[in-house]
Amino acid sequence: MPEFAIRSVCAAILLSAVLSPHSVSAAAPEPYDPWPGLVQDIFDSRPMDDGSNLIALEMPTRAEDAAIVPVTLRLKPTSDARSRVVTITLVIDQNPAPMAAKFKLGTDANVSEISTRVRINNYTNVHAVAETSDGRLHMVQTYVKASGGCSAPAAKNAEEAKGRLGQMRYREFAGSQNEEKSGTREAQVMIGHPNNSGLQMDQVTQLYIPALYVDRLQLWQDDSPVLSVEGGISISEDPNIRFTYVSNGAKTFRAEAKDTDGHQFRHEWKVNGSGM
Amino acid sequence: MLRRTLRVIAGAPLPRGDMEMQMTSRFAIHAVLIMLAMLASAHAQQQTLAISEIAQGVFMHQGRIALMSSDNDGAIANIGVVIGDRAVAVIDTGGSVREGRQLLAAIRAHTDKPIRYVINTHGHPDHVFGNAAFVADGTEFVGHARLPQALTTRGQYYLDAFRRSMGDALIDEVRIVPPTLLVDGDLILDLGGRTLVVKAWPTAHSDSDVTVFDTATKTLFAGDLVFLHHIPVLDGSIQAWLKLLDDLAALPAERVVPGHGPVSGWPQALAGERRYLETLASGIRKDVVDGKPIAVATQHAAEAERGKWELFDDYNARNATAAYSQFEWE
Repeated sequence: MPEFAIRSVCAAILLSAVLSPHSVSAAAPEPYDPWPGLVQDIFDSRPMDDGSNLIALEMPTRAEDAAIVPVTLRLKPTSDARSRVVTITLVIDQNPAPMAAKFKLGTDANVSEISTRVRINNYTNVHAVAETSDGRLHMVQTYVKASGGCSAPAAKNAEEAKGRLGQMRYREFAGSQNEEKSGTREAQVMIGHPNNSGLQMDQVTQLYIPALYVDRLQLWQDDSPVLSVEGGISISEDPNIRFTYVSNGAKTFRAEAKDTDGHQFRHEWKVNGSGM
Repeated sequence: MLRRTLRVIAGAPLPRGDMEMQMTSRFAIHAVLIMLAMLASAHAQQQTLAISEIAQGVFMHQGRIALMSSDNDGAIANIGVVIGDRAVAVIDTGGSVREGRQLLAAIRAHTDKPIRYVINTHGHPDHVFGNAAFVADGTEFVGHARLPQALTTRGQYYLDAFRRSMGDALIDEVRIVPPTLLVDGDLILDLGGRTLVVKAWPTAHSDSDVTVFDTATKTLFAGDLVFLHHIPVLDGSIQAWLKLLDDLAALPAERVVPGHGPVSGWPQALAGERRYLETLASGIRKDVVDGKPIAVATQHAAEAERGKWELFDDYNARNATAAYSQFEWE
C-alpha cells in the first residue's frame, strides 16, 4: 500500500477527531463500531479471511499503562509458499489515529515474531491484518480494556524524552542452541523519540501542539531488508521493536529512521558473530 | 449530614444558599423523611466533607483507599487545609466538584477567612477535579511550573476516561483549572501568623509534584510523593523518585500527610514506599539485563510486595511497565 494512502487515512482521522468532539470522547459503552469504516479506508474494502492459522496477536487484556501497552505479532509456521506474509497492519480501532503501524517483512529475513508498544486511549478492538504474497488479507483481532487510575497516553517525563531524541540502540538476545545453529536471531532496536501525538490543545493559545513522530523505520542485515515499519502516533514514546529473524551471515545490522519533521536517524552495528 | 439535619429540626442557623434545606426547615417531619432518604443513599449526598484537626490550625480529609468511582465521588485522595490569622490554604481539592463543594462547606464550618491559595500537589484527577469549586476572586491556584503542561496534555483525556467510572453527573461539572501561580524551587505563602513553603520537585511520582510544609506545626503535605497503605503509583521516573527520597526525608517535619493513607510520623513514613520502589527497581532492572520481554517481566514484578499494599493488582503491573521502559535506557 502506498505510503501516501496511509498518511491520508491518518490525516483524515486526525482531522475528523479535531472537528468532531464526539469522536475523541470516551463516552460510556461505545455503540459505534469503527471497524467497517476502517476496512474501507485502510484496506480499500478488500475481503479478509480468518487469519488465526497464520498469525497470532498477543496483548494484555487490560492496558496497564495507557502509554506503553506491549503487542506481539507471532507468525505461525507454514509450508505453503504462496501464503508467505508480506506485510502486517496493526489497527487500534478506538484510538484517535487507529492505523498504528504497518510492518513490511523482508523477503529473505524469515521474520517470525514482532513486538512493539502502543498507546491505548480507550476500550478497543485491536486488529492485525496480514497480507500474503498471493494478495489475500488475513485478519485476527483481540480486545483491550483501557487502563484505570491516572495513567494517560502521554509523556511521563517530557524533558528526558526530548534529551534522548535521535539516540538509537541495538541489542541481540541470546537464543537456544538450536536457534543459534539455524541462524535464528532475536534482536531489538530502540529509538529515543517523544513520538508526540499532537492531539493536545495548548490551553493558552488554543492551538494543537504539532504532532512529531517517527513515521518510518527500516532495518537491514548488511544490505538485505529485515523489516520496515510505517508508524503513526499510536506507537509509544521511544519506539521499541523486538523481532525474530534468520541471519544471512551478515556482519552488520543497520537501522534508518525518519520523523515527521524530516529528522533522519541512522545507525549501524556489528553483529555478534557467534554461531556464524 | 446527620448533625446538619438535626440542627435544621432544632431551628439552628442554616448553611447559606442551601435552598432545599431551608424548605425542609418549615416542616420538621419532611426533614426527617429527607434525612432517612439521604442516609439510604449513603454519603453521596453528604453536604460537608469529614475533616479533622491534626495540628493547631491544620486539617486533613483522609481519602478512602479505592479507585475513583461514582460510588465514592472520586474522594480517594487526602486533602489538607491550613488556617492562618488572615487566610486559608487548601491543599488539593479532591476527585470531583461535588467533593470540592463538600470540602468548601467543611472549611466554612470552621472559618470565614478567605481561601487565598489552592495548591495542587500535582495534576492527577483525584487531586484536581474539585478545583472548580474554589474558583473565586482573590483565590490563587498554585502548582508546579510544569503543571500547566501536564494538564494540557492529559486534562481532556482524564475527563473522557473518568466519565466511564464516575458517570456524567460528576464529570459534566469538572473543569480543568490550571495554576495561576507557578512554583519553580521554593515559594513562601504567608497566611498571617504562619507560612507555608511550597517546594517543586524534579520528576518522580509525576512530572509536576510539589510538597507543602507548614512551618508552624512542622506538618508536611507530601502529595503523592508519599504513599501509605495504598500501593505507590509511578507516573514519572522510578530512578528519580528513589533518589529524591533522601532529600524528602531530610525535611524537618514531625508528621506527614501522604497523598494516600493515614497521617504518620516523619521520616519513618517513607520506609514502606522505599522498600516497594527498591524491590520493583531491582527486579525489573535484572529482567531488562537478562533480556526478558516487557510483557513477561511485568507479570511477576515485585511479587514479594503483594499483600503489603492495597490496590496492588490495580497498579503494580502498570508501575512495572513504566519502570521497565525507563531501565531500558540506563
